[in-house]
Amino acid sequence: MTFFFEVLIGGLLSGVMYSLVALGFVLIYKASGVFNFAQGALVFLAALTFVGLKEQGLPFPLAIAVTLAVMIVVALLTERWVLRRLVNQPQISLFMATIGLTFFLEGLTQAVWGSNPRALELGITDQPIDWLLDRTGVVVSQFDLVAAVVAGVMVAALAVFFQKTRIGRGLRAVADDHQAAQSIGIPLQVIWAYVWAVAGFVALVSGLIWGARNGVQFALTFTALKALPVLILGGFESVPGAIVGGLIIGAAEKLAEVYLGPMVGGGIEGWVAYVIALLFLLVRPEGLFGERRIDRV
Amino acid sequence: MLYREAGQFKTSYAADQQIFPIRQDRIAVVAVLLVAFVAVPLVASQYWFSAILIPFLIFSLAAVGLNLLTGYAGQISLGTAAFMAVGAFAAYNLVLRIPGIPLLVAFVLAGGFAALVGAVFGLPSLRIKGFYLAVATLAAQFFVVWALVKFPWFSNHSTSGVITAQKMSLLGMELDTPREKYLLTLTIVVLMALAAKNLVRSNIGRAWMAVRDMDVAAEVIGFRLVSTKLIAFAVSSFYCGVAGALYAYAYLGTVEPEGFTLDLSFRILFMIIIGGIGSILGSFLGAAFIVLLPVVLNVAVHGANDVLQSAFSFSLPASLTSNLELMVFGGLIIFFLIVEPHGLARLWQIGKEKMRLWPFPH
Amino acid sequence: MGNGASLALPASAALADAEARVERRVGAAILELSSISLAFGGVRALSDVSFEVREHEIRAIIGPNGAGKSSMLNVINGVYRPQQGTITFRGVQRRDMVPHEAAAMGIARTFQNIALFKGMTVLDNIMTGRNLKMKASVVEQALWIGRARREELANRAKAEEIIDFLEIQHIRKTPVGRLPYGLQKRVELARALAAEPTLLLLDEPMAGMNVEEKQDMCRFILDVNEQYGTTIVLIEHDMGVVMDISDRVVVLDYGRKIGDGTPDDVRSNQAVIDAYLGVAR
Repeated sequence: MTFFFEVLIGGLLSGVMYSLVALGFVLIYKASGVFNFAQGALVFLAALTFVGLKEQGLPFPLAIAVTLAVMIVVALLTERWVLRRLVNQPQISLFMATIGLTFFLEGLTQAVWGSNPRALELGITDQPIDWLLDRTGVVVSQFDLVAAVVAGVMVAALAVFFQKTRIGRGLRAVADDHQAAQSIGIPLQVIWAYVWAVAGFVALVSGLIWGARNGVQFALTFTALKALPVLILGGFESVPGAIVGGLIIGAAEKLAEVYLGPMVGGGIEGWVAYVIALLFLLVRPEGLFGERRIDRV
Repeated sequence: MLYREAGQFKTSYAADQQIFPIRQDRIAVVAVLLVAFVAVPLVASQYWFSAILIPFLIFSLAAVGLNLLTGYAGQISLGTAAFMAVGAFAAYNLVLRIPGIPLLVAFVLAGGFAALVGAVFGLPSLRIKGFYLAVATLAAQFFVVWALVKFPWFSNHSTSGVITAQKMSLLGMELDTPREKYLLTLTIVVLMALAAKNLVRSNIGRAWMAVRDMDVAAEVIGFRLVSTKLIAFAVSSFYCGVAGALYAYAYLGTVEPEGFTLDLSFRILFMIIIGGIGSILGSFLGAAFIVLLPVVLNVAVHGANDVLQSAFSFSLPASLTSNLELMVFGGLIIFFLIVEPHGLARLWQIGKEKMRLWPFPH
Repeated sequence: MGNGASLALPASAALADAEARVERRVGAAILELSSISLAFGGVRALSDVSFEVREHEIRAIIGPNGAGKSSMLNVINGVYRPQQGTITFRGVQRRDMVPHEAAAMGIARTFQNIALFKGMTVLDNIMTGRNLKMKASVVEQALWIGRARREELANRAKAEEIIDFLEIQHIRKTPVGRLPYGLQKRVELARALAAEPTLLLLDEPMAGMNVEEKQDMCRFILDVNEQYGTTIVLIEHDMGVVMDISDRVVVLDYGRKIGDGTPDDVRSNQAVIDAYLGVAR
């Protein structure tokens, strides 16, 4: 039984990591209606920039500040050069533009910082939490717990932001209909710049956590892909959905690997999340927390 | 004044329905085919065959397949490489396990297997659209590659699933020089491209475009959405499957499942975005672009390196070429989406319109 | 008069009506709607609506915006499924229609907001209307042999007859997205006619047209009804048009039927005047 709980908790915690990345997606989708495939590349960029700066000798807080600045600049440039030019194109064009952006950022990041995998030290150990281990015999890493807390705080902050502030409302209007929002005076470009900057910040946090967990390497960009099943489960527009979806996918993945994997020779972690998402799509396409769309003819 | 249609009157619907109704176009196409079939084999080098022409043709074929599904039928797919993998491994197993099977039959059957797999993974399209469908095709991409590695039967129990394509022989002749492989690939690709052109101007092509443009209206007119979409997946996967078989037999020689990556699927998607969505010609133009670009970049970077080396004793990092490639790809995709969403094919069309009027300005 | 029995279009299609006018013989009921109720969530679009349409007639559905007229057409050809009621078409009674079955049974329609396929030319759009007549397999189509080739050319000929009939020869190769609104509506009508329908549903065919365009469209609608005997159900706001060309009229208001009869009957019906027409002029 303890084993099951360990697997479950391990899954939940890795799910938290997925949620962090998914949050970045939700932000941008909620505010601009764009599915930003490049979120993974942003995570990669953030992590590698931070590590690169530390290697150059910058102290921790300064490295964070500079990386944040870099992310914001990238966000603003993206808005100005890419998004602004594609304002009224169909959603699919914007999606493909973010795929292009992914490739571009990957190349740029590696060209600047090199392509060797690096380790990222955050000062939080990966040791089990002692008192939990002593009481219940369950192994839970301190690191994972910190990650979970961080994710929780971010979700709460973002949820408040979207529901209660004026900018948050403006963001939701923009996500619904660009032209209509513009026509009532919402400054589209300013809003988008804000959103991408915040998404950049989320990418930074995700990058730090993921990089510390798995090392900073090219494969980080593919965390974007793992976020997709999370978003399908949770709904593309829901901040709480990103968390719930992440937890479910993380747990389901680990449990499937441990309990179903041996039947087919293992390694199913690579695709089981997608199959779960697929089945979900057939039953409830808008996700657990998403909004139903009705097409009028 | 050279490209005018004046004087070319069609007196039958059959004449009007031709693939190349304008006489100048027909002449141009015949010229291109002559060059491709006759001139090129005489003058091209081994390098050109193996590294440029053959992959160009193979990717064009895969791009045509993807274009039929995504460009004409409007169903997004990120699983192209997976269907190519099915084709490659199916062909390998057919030749391995059915002794004496004719090469072309093996290719057609391999395409058939790919079509089946494509139709299965296309089932979600009956309920979901847009990039949710893209996610479903991602499932195909990861699952197929996993399955090919996991079940050693597919690769005849070789380590990590690597297979080596058998020698090809057609009508008793062995095809092992690059020139011969080129001619085989060229023939297959030309015939299948012609078939694709036929499909898109027939009832099924219109059915696909109707479903893409407005599926509710399409249903009201009588199109069956289920069969239209599934046929789109099947035909597209057939093309990708044959392309995959050629990829293994005429190009690389040795393939493994992990070589059919998501990156490859993206690359083919880029080909149709840059070349032109919804255009058969665009598939070729995009493939040419994407195949030639790394070569051009390589030459450019080496050239720049030589200059920098001799002038400043400074040399560029080795990985620059590949990173530059990523940046240029990404940048070009964005550029095309902003400037000309219909890709090179539309630029080509605009060029032809200008040619019609030349030397007059309008 | 056989409906859709032959599209053997006499060359006199464009000649004056006086010469080609054939007596319309209105027959028995071909479509019966019985107690149709339709709701979306909490919104009742139609409540207990019943009426019938007789063969070869031109039936108008009128009423204020939101009365449920388009919903009614959508029910007839299966885009919406009513919660209650039955539809009887050509003697076959059913709970609801499925769109492609409706098409197979001979019902065609145009849409309020033009549902043309923007990525295709006029000719291709009209050819899509012929799809139910094309049976060739995909392989035959890929090879352009046999049935595929014959069908394509034969149906092209039929499409050209309709193009002649609606006088759109000059734009047959134009992508529909480039056409002005009035011509797009005409192309949509052409596409509906291409299916050789028994019953034609027209959703505001004259919306957004100027006087000349409306006259042309009226002429075409009357010609279709006379030449091919097609039964027509049309939604229209222009009362002049309705009174001129329709045989009988149904009036809907807030999803309920409030009038049903000849144009004159309806024009003098107090309930209809109150709800929609205003003071009779």
